[in-house]
Amino acid sequence: MAGRFAKTPHVARKEIAESIARGIFGLMSAAMILPLVLIVGYLVVRAWPVLSWEFLLDVPKRGMTDGGIWPAFVGTLYLVGISLLVSTPIGVLAAIYLNEYAKDNWFNRLVNLAVINLAGVPSIVHALFGLGAFVYAARFGYSILSASLTLAIMTLPVIIASTREALASVPMAFREACWNVGATRWQTVRAVVLPNSISGILTGVILQVSRAAGETAPVMFTGAVFFKAVERGDLFPYGLTDQCMALSMHLYTLATQVPNVKEALPYATAVVLLGSVLLVNATAIFVRIWLRNRKKW
Amino acid sequence: MTESPTPSANDIVKEVEVSGLRLAYGGKEVLHGISFDVYRNEILAVIGPAQSGKTSMLRCLNRTIDFTASASVSGSVKVGGEDVRKMSDVFALRRRIGMVAPLPTGLPLSIYDNVAFAPRCSGVTRKADLEPVVEKCLRQAALWDEVKDRLDSLGTALSGGQQQRLTIARALSHRPEILCLDEFSIAIDPVTTMRIEDVLKELREEITIILVTNLTQQARRLSDRTMFLLEGEIVEIDATDVIYSGDAKSEKTRDYVNGVFG
Amino acid sequence: MSAEPRARTARAVRPRAAVLAEKALEAVIRLSGVSAIVFVAAIFFFVLREAAPVLFSEGFSLKQFLFSTEWYPTSATNVRYGTFALTVGTVSVTALAMVLAVPFGLGAAIFLSEFCSPRVRETLKVVIELLSAIPSVVWGFVGLTVMSKLIVSATGAPVGVNVLNGGIILALMSVPVIVSIGEDALKAVPDSFREAGVALGATRWQLVYRVLLPAAKNGLLAAVLLGVGRAVGETMAVLMATGHAVHIPGSLLDSVRTLTANIAAELGEAPSGSDHYRVLFLTGTLLFLITLVVNLTADFVVRGIRRK
Repeated sequence: MAGRFAKTPHVARKEIAESIARGIFGLMSAAMILPLVLIVGYLVVRAWPVLSWEFLLDVPKRGMTDGGIWPAFVGTLYLVGISLLVSTPIGVLAAIYLNEYAKDNWFNRLVNLAVINLAGVPSIVHALFGLGAFVYAARFGYSILSASLTLAIMTLPVIIASTREALASVPMAFREACWNVGATRWQTVRAVVLPNSISGILTGVILQVSRAAGETAPVMFTGAVFFKAVERGDLFPYGLTDQCMALSMHLYTLATQVPNVKEALPYATAVVLLGSVLLVNATAIFVRIWLRNRKKW
Repeated sequence: MTESPTPSANDIVKEVEVSGLRLAYGGKEVLHGISFDVYRNEILAVIGPAQSGKTSMLRCLNRTIDFTASASVSGSVKVGGEDVRKMSDVFALRRRIGMVAPLPTGLPLSIYDNVAFAPRCSGVTRKADLEPVVEKCLRQAALWDEVKDRLDSLGTALSGGQQQRLTIARALSHRPEILCLDEFSIAIDPVTTMRIEDVLKELREEITIILVTNLTQQARRLSDRTMFLLEGEIVEIDATDVIYSGDAKSEKTRDYVNGVFG
Repeated sequence: MSAEPRARTARAVRPRAAVLAEKALEAVIRLSGVSAIVFVAAIFFFVLREAAPVLFSEGFSLKQFLFSTEWYPTSATNVRYGTFALTVGTVSVTALAMVLAVPFGLGAAIFLSEFCSPRVRETLKVVIELLSAIPSVVWGFVGLTVMSKLIVSATGAPVGVNVLNGGIILALMSVPVIVSIGEDALKAVPDSFREAGVALGATRWQLVYRVLLPAAKNGLLAAVLLGVGRAVGETMAVLMATGHAVHIPGSLLDSVRTLTANIAAELGEAPSGSDHYRVLFLTGTLLFLITLVVNLTADFVVRGIRRK
């Protein structure tokens, strides 16, 4: 029935264009989900024959062609843990400086640019820096210490960015209320700003863990090695100045350097690495959602 | 500016002396050299339409203007005879001035901690010292009876009117000599407003109050003297009776209090 | 008459130790704040320091380093350090990655910001976050195993690790960056623009095409630039997925080597202090400068909009 509000051909054309556009953009978005699902699915299927707790806890055997990944897994734990100990305090304090103390002047704009650039420096350049600065100049040698410090500097921008975002989400009115009763900047930060942004900071720390765990190039030339003999399931096999194995590098080694590896072995290593990283990230996402729902204002 | 009569004309003590105060944000001047005094234990109402520089003036008083990087201040503001811009301990200055912002702002802390915050910042940490202060301030702000059983609950969870009284309690917690209220009633209901007005009438016995408001009738109800600020300049400052009696010197003042503009 | 020039009421005083502790802490905060500058400068300094001796040594020509395609670092008789083929490798893989990633990235950004419901948006953002969390070595492994098999069976190419493989992997890695920055740029367009468009009877697509894209132009450009920065700097994935041939690719199915992959592949074998080792550091300096320029440009472009 052609009433006053019936579609003219022009409007009908517009609506078709609209649904085509929506469809195309929707497909483009779906094209991002697909690889994630396919990749994870494929890797898990191929890894299935060897995936078990035993694979995680066992040491590599027969010239790394068989066995498990324990030395690499625990090595990654060491690298990530130590880098975290270094970069978390520096990153959180730097974010507090940038968000709470820094006035808007040329110097602090320079600091901001430096943070942005630090995030953009290629990982292989971080590796060169770690080699030149920590291994040689500081004489830490090829060691867990050198590799962790390199990772720490590399992941610093992650924690600065997320902490800043968390601090900035605390309303300005709270700060003004504190200043009005004579609180210093630090008293304000300590009493009101930090307690209410701790969730965001936590998320940043978790993201930093996942970023550091996956990095290969920066540890490959500063402290991670192809093979290191470690007892099965030993939690404390390494010292600060030792070299260690790392999960990410172990995957690279298995995939490209070792001949005749049992077929499922690199897949299983990839699944453990990818699984750990995604698990850590998912935790961060849940923490964020959970804390968003119990905001105090 | 002529000296104006006050209720206790014989022993006037000037609590705040402002002279030639200029303030500019970037290149834009918002206060064009204003001068006035506030007497001890009076209520001075500051009226004027929005954008007249009322809030900016208060921020010069306790130097929270320092947090705005683009602001530049000249002229002098004396509190208790001391030039605020020459004070080394700006935090001590802010503790001598209670400041209540337009929007009720309960901090995301417990009610108790909201009020105990300022004393703690200034070094009072013993529970025995804090508890009487918290109770006294909450009583002064007419909030004690409503919250005395739930001092542990969040200050941000109170209603708007309660939060504004909490803000007043917090502003009183560091025993200020001057209490500044910046349009305290714009976000709360009329009943709560009347309760707070009663609170202010009692407080004037022991404290000097500067009441910034755009409700001319509120200024009339409460204040001893009224200052009319328009576009960064003082049009008139005089006893409230004079300002509202139709005898105000400036035609602008008469028009403003009669609601012709603003 | 003025009031007596001091506070009327006696006041509590903060303990001196507390005041000093606060001062010390604030000093540490300021120090951490400027640490980012120190680190960026240190990276440049230490990388250049290792490279400097060769840069000023006799027989080394910067022109040859930049524009020669001859890379024979370990040759006994005819040592050559020309990185041009590597640069072309980087450019070709990055360009292919951008050709694939930019339409998908911006399309997804538009879908996220304008077309989908909040629920779908939240889900998609989680997916994007997870996608960007996949370590580059895993991407490289995927390229080496899955993608190369697919490419061999689809095109009949003799090897599956080549420009195409690296480009697809890099595209998948860059898409999350482009989507999230692009979505921010679109979100930054004031709602009043959208309301005005809707009031004039525009459909959403017309709104996107005529109003949002022009308004968010700079932000979207910055998103693409950051995607480029990510792709140029990527190391492990291209190392594993592009093959190892140092030559100028003739087609998508040729193997290449990039600047980053070259460092990763050879640093372990170059004796510390040798010319070869120093030239690799010089390549690192070059990469540092390239990404510096890309990132600064992106930041400048974004700030350009904020000024307006």
